[in-house]
Amino acid sequence: MNAALLPSSAPIGTPADDKSFLLAVEALTVSFDGFKAVNDVSFYVDPDEIRVIIGPNGAGKTTVLDLICGRTKASSGSIKYKGQELTKLSESAIVQAGVGRKFQTPSIYDDLTVFENLEISFPRGRSVFGALTFKRDAEVRDRIHEIAQTIFLKDQLDERAEFLSHGQKQWLEIGMLLIQDPELLMLDEPVAGMSVGERIKTAELLNQIIKGRSVLVIEHDMKFVEDIAHRVTVLHQGRVLSEGSMERVKNDPKVIEVYLGH
Amino acid sequence: MTSQEKSSLQSLSKAVTVNDNPFMKPVEWVSLALLAGVILVVLPLVLDGFRLNLVGKYLTYAFVALGLVICWGYAGILSLGQGVFFGLGGYCMAMYLKLEASSVENTKIQSTPGIPDFMDWNQITELPWFWHPFQSLPLTLLLVVAVPVAFAFLISVAMFKRRVGGTYFAIITQAIAAILTILIVGQQGYTGGINGITDLRTLHGWDIRQDSAKFILYFVNGGLLIGCILMAQYVKKSKLGRILVAMREKEDRVRFSGYSVAGFKVFAFCLAAAFAAIGGAMFTLQVGFMSPSFVGIVPSIEMVIYAAVGGRLSLFGAVWGTLLVNWAKTSFSESFPDLWLFGLGGLFIAVVLIFPNGLAGIWREHIEPRLFRKAKGLAPVASPALPHGTPAE
Repeated sequence: MNAALLPSSAPIGTPADDKSFLLAVEALTVSFDGFKAVNDVSFYVDPDEIRVIIGPNGAGKTTVLDLICGRTKASSGSIKYKGQELTKLSESAIVQAGVGRKFQTPSIYDDLTVFENLEISFPRGRSVFGALTFKRDAEVRDRIHEIAQTIFLKDQLDERAEFLSHGQKQWLEIGMLLIQDPELLMLDEPVAGMSVGERIKTAELLNQIIKGRSVLVIEHDMKFVEDIAHRVTVLHQGRVLSEGSMERVKNDPKVIEVYLGH
Repeated sequence: MTSQEKSSLQSLSKAVTVNDNPFMKPVEWVSLALLAGVILVVLPLVLDGFRLNLVGKYLTYAFVALGLVICWGYAGILSLGQGVFFGLGGYCMAMYLKLEASSVENTKIQSTPGIPDFMDWNQITELPWFWHPFQSLPLTLLLVVAVPVAFAFLISVAMFKRRVGGTYFAIITQAIAAILTILIVGQQGYTGGINGITDLRTLHGWDIRQDSAKFILYFVNGGLLIGCILMAQYVKKSKLGRILVAMREKEDRVRFSGYSVAGFKVFAFCLAAAFAAIGGAMFTLQVGFMSPSFVGIVPSIEMVIYAAVGGRLSLFGAVWGTLLVNWAKTSFSESFPDLWLFGLGGLFIAVVLIFPNGLAGIWREHIEPRLFRKAKGLAPVASPALPHGTPAE
């Protein structure tokens, strides 16, 4: 079930068996008042793959993530996650199916502590009654401490999230996703606005958390993309322009013209 | 010694915030004791029967303010229609009391004896179907809460499932308050119209008009209020309370953490409705009538002001705020009846502009730090009451 099975060129048409992919996006289209922000996009993500989506501004990258996590409803096309159609599910059902999403600007709860931020994301007691009777037991605490260690925030557990630095906020949000233990992790510009040091740490973090899951990343920082990407999908004006290894994409004349050239 | 104390306090506070999630912090226990002491001991000793009954009436509004702290302060759902639930609770109670006061014996001069007098005046000859359940006291006590909560559930499910929120929700709740008032006033034969349901006498044979009954009802009311505070405190302290705060800040993040946001909003709104309903029922019992003037827009907005003045994030603040505003209202309108509304408006503007966290904010930011600085000697006395954790010395 590895790279050998994958079509190495941009896949068009339905593969015989959807289930070999963790995520199969096919002919996905969404239009806002006639404007097709995402137009007939298809791509497939393997288990344990880090896929990076790049493209100029307005290419529809964030919209693709919005469509997968249910924030925006597709006009047509399908999104299959482990063979399950996501376009019909509610946002919370998609999360419960195992898809986690990080937003472009750090989306954390300023008024709560780092500990509480992580606790809310702990995948238990998600119903109203469950939340009322939720107990902060040893399992929860251990997991939160473990995650805090991973995201370099062990010493900030007690701090209100609003006092974290920008980079720390990004890590906290990644931690909030990790504690959900999703099989598909979607990150929207995880290193935007980070210092060089923070960026290196983030790449290290991503490589560490990749085990046992797939990651779909939107990023502009080409150095970072080269560091982490297994494969790259280039979007342009709502369509897939090119797809393949970083090496291949980098040398694609179409990509150079619309994106990398300037 | 002082450095020891300091380190012990530090490690304790760390233990409390990181590892423990106590039901109430020591300072909150003190606040509760203070409030309970004033309501249940000091005021009954100091005030005469009339004034105590008046405070009892104010405290029924505190139930509404308490609900608003959870619904508005924590969950960020501003409702300008809490009078609806206060009124529904009050009407449910009033209907039972009215039926008891309208026994065949009491109403034998009517053309149809045994039904409430206003029905008789409106040529209604039979008790309407929705009045029948209120012949039973247990059923009434159930319906006092169930009817407003069911109504709140319907409204909030319809709104929140469609993701109507913020200002739109506030406006809709206000419209509902106006509609319900018009409905009650218009259906005089079924509801008592603009006069409301009056001339209430006994609760299961117990005359609620006598002073001793009012005295007892005052304590029942105080006890229920403290019960509701504890319930709200439980909600606030649970993970659900933190989810409400999280939702207020970043609704999408909560949704993408796998929660159905609408469900939590419905819960907060229904809880606020339940509190308001209990307040309404206690109002009817203590004041002896219920009328549409407690249902509409004006009382609903006043109730929001109580919570705002007290501090919309503080359960205790909401109660103090209610008492203070109502006390001011009574004393002001005794001497300058025309000026009161300006005073109320000014108060609201002051809260928004100058002290957004209300009385509780002033207390936390200005009074508490000073008290604790002055009462340094008090710290060792307070610490044994804290959780056992013996600090490393």
